[in-house]
Amino acid sequence: MSVEGHIHDHEEVHHHKETFITKYIFSIDHKMIAKQYLITGIIMGIIGVGMSMLFRMQLAWPEEAFGVFKFFLGEKFAPGGVMKNDAYLALVTIHGTIMVFFVLTAGLSGTFSNLLIPLQIGARDMASGFMNMISYWMFFVSAVIMIASLFVESGPASAGWTIYPPLSALPQAIPGSGTGMTLWLISMAIFIASSLMGSLNYVVTVINLRTKGMSMTRLPLTIWTFFVTAIIGIVSFPVLLSAALLLIMDRSFGTSFFLSDIYIAGEVLHYQGGSPVLFEHLFWFLGHPEVYIVILPAMGIVSEILATNSRKPIFGYRAMIASVLAIAFLSTIVWGHHMFISGMNPFLGSVFTFTTLLIAIPSAVKAFNWITTLWRGNLQLNPAMLFSIGMVSTFISGGLTGIILGDSTLDINVHDTYFVIAHFHLVMGISALYGMFAGIYHWFPRMFGRMMNKNLGYIHFWVTAVCAYGVFFPMHFIGLAGLPRRYYTNTNFPLFDDLQNVNVLITIFALIGGAFTLVFLWNFFYSIFYGEKAVQNPWKSTTLEWTAPVEHIHGNWPGEIPEVHRWAYDYSKPGWEVDFVPQNIPMKEGEEVLNH
Amino acid sequence: MTSLLVIIVLVLLAIAIWQLTKIFDLTQVGHATLNAQVANNNDNKVQGYIMFAFIAFLYIFMIYGLIVWGPLVLDNPASEHGGDVDFLMNMTWVVIFIVQFITQLLLHYFAFKYRGTKDGKALYFADNNRLEFIWSVIPAIVLAGLILYGLYAWTNIMFVNEDEEDVIVIELYAKQFGWEARYAGEDNVLGKANVRYIAGINTLGVDMGDENAQDDKMATELHLPKGKKVLFKMRSQDVLHSAYMPHFRAQMNCVPGMVTQFAFIPTLTTEEYRMIPKIVDKVANINKLRTKHSLELTAEGKVALDPYEFDYLLLCNKICGSSHYNMQMKIVVDTPEDYKAWLAAIPTMSQQMKDAAPPVEEAAPVMNAEAPIVVLAN
Repeated sequence: MSVEGHIHDHEEVHHHKETFITKYIFSIDHKMIAKQYLITGIIMGIIGVGMSMLFRMQLAWPEEAFGVFKFFLGEKFAPGGVMKNDAYLALVTIHGTIMVFFVLTAGLSGTFSNLLIPLQIGARDMASGFMNMISYWMFFVSAVIMIASLFVESGPASAGWTIYPPLSALPQAIPGSGTGMTLWLISMAIFIASSLMGSLNYVVTVINLRTKGMSMTRLPLTIWTFFVTAIIGIVSFPVLLSAALLLIMDRSFGTSFFLSDIYIAGEVLHYQGGSPVLFEHLFWFLGHPEVYIVILPAMGIVSEILATNSRKPIFGYRAMIASVLAIAFLSTIVWGHHMFISGMNPFLGSVFTFTTLLIAIPSAVKAFNWITTLWRGNLQLNPAMLFSIGMVSTFISGGLTGIILGDSTLDINVHDTYFVIAHFHLVMGISALYGMFAGIYHWFPRMFGRMMNKNLGYIHFWVTAVCAYGVFFPMHFIGLAGLPRRYYTNTNFPLFDDLQNVNVLITIFALIGGAFTLVFLWNFFYSIFYGEKAVQNPWKSTTLEWTAPVEHIHGNWPGEIPEVHRWAYDYSKPGWEVDFVPQNIPMKEGEEVLNH
Repeated sequence: MTSLLVIIVLVLLAIAIWQLTKIFDLTQVGHATLNAQVANNNDNKVQGYIMFAFIAFLYIFMIYGLIVWGPLVLDNPASEHGGDVDFLMNMTWVVIFIVQFITQLLLHYFAFKYRGTKDGKALYFADNNRLEFIWSVIPAIVLAGLILYGLYAWTNIMFVNEDEEDVIVIELYAKQFGWEARYAGEDNVLGKANVRYIAGINTLGVDMGDENAQDDKMATELHLPKGKKVLFKMRSQDVLHSAYMPHFRAQMNCVPGMVTQFAFIPTLTTEEYRMIPKIVDKVANINKLRTKHSLELTAEGKVALDPYEFDYLLLCNKICGSSHYNMQMKIVVDTPEDYKAWLAAIPTMSQQMKDAAPPVEEAAPVMNAEAPIVVLAN
């Protein structure tokens, strides 16, 4: 019945006349919701990256006056165009929050999970289109609140994106812990609710709505990573929500979950018996899996694009799934490596060192499998492919220094220095951004029915690749020289005077890289309207999303849902003239399954 | 003015890119097909060669960094365990450089070597259990080595037996935005303390009724004796701080409501450390930069910078508020004799308090009486 019924449903939907509001705003179509996530993510990305440009300028030319500071920060936070120390801390805090949650969680996972899960598993839409819509709009509301917090009088949250209490709990400790912090917490609470609704939807959809023949071991790796990411999110985000709620209680209702024995601004506060270390545990129980929530979708996207553009099957498909599962499991038991020197029992430090370094093994498997996928391929170096190769490169460069930070003994001296900044920006920041860019270039024709300009894509990639290393590679050295992060200026330490030239170089690379992001933005928005019209399957890919028509229709396929007969990576299969065999093509007589 | 310039630059950049695309598009005229935005043979060739060039860039940049910025990196640990830390660090770097060198080379070289053509054929190579086994097991073995050595060092550093080992107990006290130290005195036991006792010159909130507190001494400069194990007991009065002593490879957070600890043995006095050739060079270089900067400052009519002399430092390394960037304390490592003399010259806290409030003898206890009943968090 179901196939007939679906067609019937679909016809009905098609006749139903859509208004502007139901089509573009309160849409329940996963493709439109994906686009909404993407555009919101890009706008948040512009804000987040823009902030980093501002504080990088302050770090390179400390306490100098700039017109841009005055323009963006106003007379209050940049009197005479000189950035104030509170403004600096607010910028780094909101930069971190926006990039981690709003761009790399919602913008990346939200966009591609929504776009690809139904299309690649052969479903008409998400399990609950309505919940999907609510999920996006709650994300939107949380983004609006986060942006609104920039404009409150005492300034936005300034306690770092990790918002450790007591600093984040006490307005006496820092002005940003007033209304700004309240809005931050409300925004994040709504964000988490949004994320949970999205994640539940993804999990249910992948489990229940796969088309005929689409067994779990035939799924593209993108779907596997989105699926596992959603599970990690469901497991860990509620813990952050509880931490946020407890912090709200401490801030507004006088409880002492995280506070004890505090003397500030000339008086003893009543708090007794709580512990900031408890907050650190709760925060990092999300905070660390969050890193994988950010990077796993990028890994899935990269796996898919590397295989397609190498015209080869992804190497070690099952090992890739196993490593994703291993990473997901381990990611929930390593949070303590952020807390080696927090004052927790050193014995715990030993345990977390052990579990943390274990993660290197599945990560190494992934990196080697990607490299092997390129070996003896017929590489089509499209912009998406370049970003995927770039992602493997930055993931390795950034991941390797994780061996240092994950080792409690070595962490003692590099903890909270620029070495950490260099490490996590390469391994999750830049890598995930590359994954996102790769995904955008690759699935742009699927989203908008047009192609992005490849030459602008090439310019964008190469400048970004040079600048990303230009920014973060030197940071390792200044971190190893002992330079702490989150310092407004280093001029109070003559010890660090010889690092100033390096800081200037980093900022110049950052500004160039930031400016060339405009190339991408131009290409993106211009191509939506004026790009070359796309054909149905421009990259000659095997997965199901390319069997759907270029025009977006409700229900994705006009007729029956395609049935799946093979795994997702039959590229250059012996016995076939063409170098790709889509999943919906039946096996020829006598054709063997060559993947194990 | 600057913002106008920036805007002009951005506009020009946009125009330049627009023109560039037009040129690119014009070069495509004639062989424009339906899939003009998909990489063709020429694109694969050009991008493949750039990949090759990029690996050269990456290596040159890395070597340049090692030569030019390598000397900036902390060296010469001034504590006993610092040697272990640096040894492990160097071993880890060896592993990292080998893996980084090989994998980046393969990745980019493959991208160059196997750049595709329209009719090229790729190898169908989906699986190889032996290969995957090899690259799971090798990292596992290497990591096992690093983990074992790391855990050995960690245990040695972090676990201190106060009762059996001969240690000097010093309290490090953090607050927005400064540090204070309290020496345990003759009995080597710190008196109890809680922020609720803070009053007047008793800025550390020491319970002066505790007999262990009578011989405690306060200092705003941290002096340590060479060759003796120092056990730091850390407290914070307001928010999280982190006591970071990079030259000693030592760091521990200071947490309000609890006492944290870290111990090390200083091995070089401040004077000895200043004589290390690398430090002499470093200081000379810094002073050269400062002189240059001073000339610019005096030209603008501002005050010139003081010349720099090396000192060990204690920095705050956990974001703690507006002036986090300037929360520091000087550390001086003395010979044991100098240390003794320095400490002897400091009056005990009980003495200081008597001096500060001679008329009302019971001043401190009266103030304490106002404080509520307190359960000490430590």
